[in-house]
Amino acid sequence: MAGVISYGTHVPVHRLDAAAVRAAHGAGGGQGRRAVACFDEDTTTMGVEAARRALAGDLLAPSWIWFATSRPAYLEKTNAAAIHAALGLPRDVGATDVAGAVRSGAGALRAALQSPAPALAVLSDIRVGAPNGPDELGGGDGAAAFVATGGDEPVVAELIGSGAATEEHLDRWRLPEAAVPRRWEESFGAKISAGLAADATATALAAAGVAADDVRHLVVAAANPRARRAVARAAGVPAEALVDLAGEIGAAGAADAGLGLVAALDRAAAGETIVLLAVGDGVEALVFRATELLAERRAQAADPLARQLAAAREGLPYGRYLSWRGLIDVEPPRKAAPAPPAAPVAHRRRAWKFGIEATRCRACGTRQLPPQRVCHACRAVDRMDREPMREVRGRLVAHTVDRLAWSPSPPAVFGVVDFDGGGRAELELTETAPEDLVPGRRVALTFRVMATRDGQHNYFWKARPVMEED
Amino acid sequence: MAARGIGGRVAIVGMGCTSFGDLPGRGVDDLLVDAALEAVASTRLEIGDVDAFWLGTYASSVAGTTLSKPLKLDGKPVSRNENFCVTGSDAFRNACFAVASGAYDVAMAIGAEKTGDTGTAGVPGTPPPGDGTLLEITPPGLFGYLSDGYLAAYGISPEELKTALTHISYKNHANGVDNPRAAYRQLISKERIASTPNLAGNLSLLDCGGLTDGGAAAIVCRAEDAHRYTDTPIYVHGMGMAVGPGTGAIDPAYDYTGFPEVAAAGREAYRQAGVTDVPAQIGMAEVHDCFTVTELVLMEDLQFTPRGTSWRAVLDGAFDRDGMLPVNPDGGLQSFGHPIGASGIRMLFECWLQLRGEAGRRQLDLDGRFAMTQNLGGWPGECVAFVSVLGGERAAEVG
Repeated sequence: MAGVISYGTHVPVHRLDAAAVRAAHGAGGGQGRRAVACFDEDTTTMGVEAARRALAGDLLAPSWIWFATSRPAYLEKTNAAAIHAALGLPRDVGATDVAGAVRSGAGALRAALQSPAPALAVLSDIRVGAPNGPDELGGGDGAAAFVATGGDEPVVAELIGSGAATEEHLDRWRLPEAAVPRRWEESFGAKISAGLAADATATALAAAGVAADDVRHLVVAAANPRARRAVARAAGVPAEALVDLAGEIGAAGAADAGLGLVAALDRAAAGETIVLLAVGDGVEALVFRATELLAERRAQAADPLARQLAAAREGLPYGRYLSWRGLIDVEPPRKAAPAPPAAPVAHRRRAWKFGIEATRCRACGTRQLPPQRVCHACRAVDRMDREPMREVRGRLVAHTVDRLAWSPSPPAVFGVVDFDGGGRAELELTETAPEDLVPGRRVALTFRVMATRDGQHNYFWKARPVMEED
Repeated sequence: MAARGIGGRVAIVGMGCTSFGDLPGRGVDDLLVDAALEAVASTRLEIGDVDAFWLGTYASSVAGTTLSKPLKLDGKPVSRNENFCVTGSDAFRNACFAVASGAYDVAMAIGAEKTGDTGTAGVPGTPPPGDGTLLEITPPGLFGYLSDGYLAAYGISPEELKTALTHISYKNHANGVDNPRAAYRQLISKERIASTPNLAGNLSLLDCGGLTDGGAAAIVCRAEDAHRYTDTPIYVHGMGMAVGPGTGAIDPAYDYTGFPEVAAAGREAYRQAGVTDVPAQIGMAEVHDCFTVTELVLMEDLQFTPRGTSWRAVLDGAFDRDGMLPVNPDGGLQSFGHPIGASGIRMLFECWLQLRGEAGRRQLDLDGRFAMTQNLGGWPGECVAFVSVLGGERAAEVG
């Protein structure tokens, strides 16, 4: 049966408070907060983090990656290929970007749901609005990933119906070179979207054979907050069914539908119906029914959405937010900026740079990273087995807060990490608090942007502190 | 097969050393000309009498012509040498081998660096094209790991460690006050050192040897010929060099408490020189105090103090100018800064002055003991190390 096999999310830890934004612009008030991607995250890296959780530690092997975002790290280039590399997926796995529109998130999910073999849908977005405008505070950053199938694998949520309604109109739009989207007056889009939602929902529920009153969970993904409310009403389902993450993350663009669906899956009981409505110059409706397997999947999830939401770190300074999103240029460090990677070097070392693979000596069993040819322990030559480190954790041995180092957001923090099961690497640390910087602190690997220079993103892995029970 | 060394076979007969500092008016060519001609002037030789040259520069230029052009050397061999911060010492080492082998009668090792022309902080030079996984960590960041390693290994408090580092900074800056060639000649109070904010780890600006401009040169010949060129030669009794496999950052066995490469280079140099009781036989040491914490662990790598005790010996004044074993009596990198290609030869220059009794207000009573230099490149875990042992008297060849 078609449906969702597995899922995972990535919610950045930083939160921007509306009151801080308002105060910075000389105004009072301001309510709510939004999730903010760290300076070293982009939609590709956040997608990798969500996909790692959806793949449940490499237990699931997707045949294809569908990557959706409104803010692709690259145009022209396939961002899903970097995700493919970071996940260490086999060469015969396809990779497709579905980029640009916020509704592409639902499209990527639908593509996976129609795939004859399990496919990975990665929905990731960073939402940038004009400073002090409603989209700056109403948007949110995050990613969700699903392993889904149109085949006959066991699923945690079965796709039981779908519908769509499309009608060209101007609500939110952005020229490719523009930093922030533009908006039409919001009630216009809300009104049209409500009508489209009523039609798409009716079609989908009819196909599913479910009455609107029996829908227990409703997810509405919309960049326009007024449209979100109007569509929720137009769906005709009980008001208490609405799953709302707006107060936690914000409207997460192409990831919005995914994050909402995960929130619904995390609370649905077996047999309950979930309706997902994705708004954007039309409405796409998907109807799922939770299966008996869902509770089991939830119990196994290493880092569920609720836990990620609870890890939120409040109080990101507004100036820092603006510089992270490139909306202001701050004084750079008086230090030569790093050169971007050279394509042939990055390619021949892709198993390390993207796949964070170690080698383990067949002669003496010593793990070493980056990959070596001559074993440092026994000097055996070319007798190495490859070993992914992605999900291996370690502990901090030594660290330095380096205030002289070039960084997009100084100061940089570096550390030496000894991994469980052997091996050591020196890595940049990210999202550290002062109390994290003690010997023995547990760390996990996370895929990040080291720097963006000369029009090139330099991707590599960093270490981030984790709670021991993670 | 064995490393036999050339202990006792080579003499230094002339040396020169420019003033070090931020010298916007001097190019690398000026620094090389000044250092080379000062070295020649300290001998009975002319520049044209030098048969071969080893030029050490890290990033100020590339080829031997960097030296031959400003000095108008005509057809003499010039090898350009680069080996991290050991660049100058390695140029010296190769010049010594050249005369010891009999290939040349007189050779010059010369090192110089311009670091102030980039307009940005940090070690100059452009790395080769890479995969983007090299970290942007700076040298103080890398050497800062030593503090975590030392604290974890020996259980002292961060405050005790910082007090020892403060003493090292104070001592080396104080030593530099009496050195006209030093870049920084201010006596800095311990209170100011201790209260300067950290730049990386527990290292502040006053724990770091900054990057400066400078040049230094040494003229070497076979020991038996030394008195033909000067009445007061000094002799190379031992040289050790060790380049590690660079596994510190991949092997959990490395504990960031020192430099195994330095320990190995020291053992080799001591063996060649016949040094069996280091604190008794070494009268002074110029060591690579790029950061105060580096000097702290070097005291143990070089067998000046047992492991885990250097912080206490430092606080007891063991390495002060009037202590058991004066370390960096010229002010070290803390006072001179670090023109990378020149520093190893600058260390030799202080030994040259001290062994000849020409160190003025800094003069130590070596009482026939050895002087030594220790120069390292790289960082904890990935290191190139050099140690030399020098004496005022010619030794029987130990080999």
